[in-house]
Amino acid sequence: MTTFDLNGKTVSAQSPDDAALLWVIRDELGLTGTKFGCGIGFCGACTVHVEGRATRSCITPVAAVAGAKVTTIEGLDPTGNHPLQTAWLELQVPQCGYCQPGQIMQAATLLKDFPNPTDQDINAVMNGSVCRCMTYVRIRKAIKLAAARMRGDTGHD
Amino acid sequence: MIRRISIAILVTACFMLAGLLLLAWRPSLAPIQPPSPSTFSAELVAKGEALSAIGHCAACHTQPGGQAFAGGYRMNTPFGAVFGTNITPDPKTGIGVWSLEAFTRAIREGVARDGSHLMPAFPYYAFTKLSDDDVKGLYAYLMTRPAVNSTVPTNTVPFPLSIRALQEGWKILFFKSARYQADQSKSAEWNRGAYLAEGLADCTGCHTPRNALGAEETKHGYAGAVIEGWMAPALTEANPSPVPWTQEELFTYLRSGVTSLHGATGATMTPNIRGALALPVVPDSDIRAIALYFSGIDRASARAIDVDATTREAVAASYVSSDQAENDPDADIYASACMSCHYNAGPTPLAPRPELALNSSLMLAEPTNFIQVVLNGVTNTEGAPGLVMPEYGSSLTDSEIAGLAAYLRRTRTKYPPWSDLEKKVSAIRREPAASR
Repeated sequence: MTTFDLNGKTVSAQSPDDAALLWVIRDELGLTGTKFGCGIGFCGACTVHVEGRATRSCITPVAAVAGAKVTTIEGLDPTGNHPLQTAWLELQVPQCGYCQPGQIMQAATLLKDFPNPTDQDINAVMNGSVCRCMTYVRIRKAIKLAAARMRGDTGHD
Repeated sequence: MIRRISIAILVTACFMLAGLLLLAWRPSLAPIQPPSPSTFSAELVAKGEALSAIGHCAACHTQPGGQAFAGGYRMNTPFGAVFGTNITPDPKTGIGVWSLEAFTRAIREGVARDGSHLMPAFPYYAFTKLSDDDVKGLYAYLMTRPAVNSTVPTNTVPFPLSIRALQEGWKILFFKSARYQADQSKSAEWNRGAYLAEGLADCTGCHTPRNALGAEETKHGYAGAVIEGWMAPALTEANPSPVPWTQEELFTYLRSGVTSLHGATGATMTPNIRGALALPVVPDSDIRAIALYFSGIDRASARAIDVDATTREAVAASYVSSDQAENDPDADIYASACMSCHYNAGPTPLAPRPELALNSSLMLAEPTNFIQVVLNGVTNTEGAPGLVMPEYGSSLTDSEIAGLAAYLRRTRTKYPPWSDLEKKVSAIRREPAASR
């Protein structure tokens, strides 16, 4: 049994210690916003936050997060209005949408570390988050819009 | 003639063995009524708590998920598994009936209350340096912990090494009971650091190589050693980190478990920091003292390097463009799997983004630590606080991890390539989980 904090609530997972965090979150705890993509930590669809930092949940054993704070797309903002989420909506970023929860969770860590990200920062940190619909141009735009708003910079960017 | 010589040798051997057994004999010290916690002053208990943390007693005397100091932690030594004992004041299974005299003898001479010799997995050979006051403090702290009735598993050290009286032979060869002697030519802070590092913290226990009999090779003090499947890096000037371990860097690392210019703690060092030195009960001054002591041993001040330039160069290497990744499958793995967390920009790396070009694991002579981390990840209780790394053992093949290791060694360090990488990855992958 592994006890951790999921989106602000203490949960105790019965799955075996080596079960992937992704499946514990989706199948045992019923939060399906986090997606299964490649299953080997190479596409980013399964990205959640562990202690506030983007982590690939498909190859993280649940026991590794014992006692940690885990946040999924459902818990990123209590009302679903994280600046990244509103920017995403405004710019209509998703096409099929499957990879987008992972993209947003990864982008949130990007902005925490690089509040005013350069194109290289975005390339580097978002490189492991793959989008089969090629929404990359809009993702970059939305990241920059959210970044500007989070910096309190209402001007153009 | 040959028969006579054989008999003579046999007789001599018997005499020597009898002599050893005679020498090995220690009296049993009388059991006492477990002392009431109120007999110890709060001040002494608090002092003992800090000392116990610096001596990371809980690391070996607590099993994962078990009650503190109740024993059962398995140490895999080259001579078999040795289990940490129960040092709670339980009268039956712990040290409840041990007098201060018995406790002191155990700490300084490695002899249990009943007169049997303790295995040198318990570093009495280092603790022998402890002052009377500090032994009293430790005793007060341990005797005021909750008593836990818990019997630990039997050691798997094979016969005849399991005969405790034979430990006397080891002690004759390698052990001298002696308190710490201050070096008057050095500052009080340095002496405090040396006293703690050489005594209670037993840093040599992991960082000094051992001979075939498991004793530390004092000639090679702090030269680095293999411990439980990991490399404990050299703490001398042979330490290969690009940025010197100054007092400040050592302090930050020992206080928190991570520095952005060297990386995070791992393996058996984790409980020594996160469960010990990083505890608020340990005063900053003691950690600064230990840091000062080691910054002298590694001769940090003699290493003239431009830290800013080294750091800038390291950070610049953390970005791999899509063009570079397309031309090199190993760089491609880094770009897809590693870069989102290990990329850095700007003049210095960010603490939660471990900078591989500065990280000890890539600099060591063997790839052991790098492979361990890639294969097994880093859990919430390991490494830097708040950083969890997935297990890439489930997603990357041995040859992919070998390729990644070779690529990073080539592009992030100035050291020669590692040999037989794929074989080493495969060997570490097969290690039982207990040794991780």
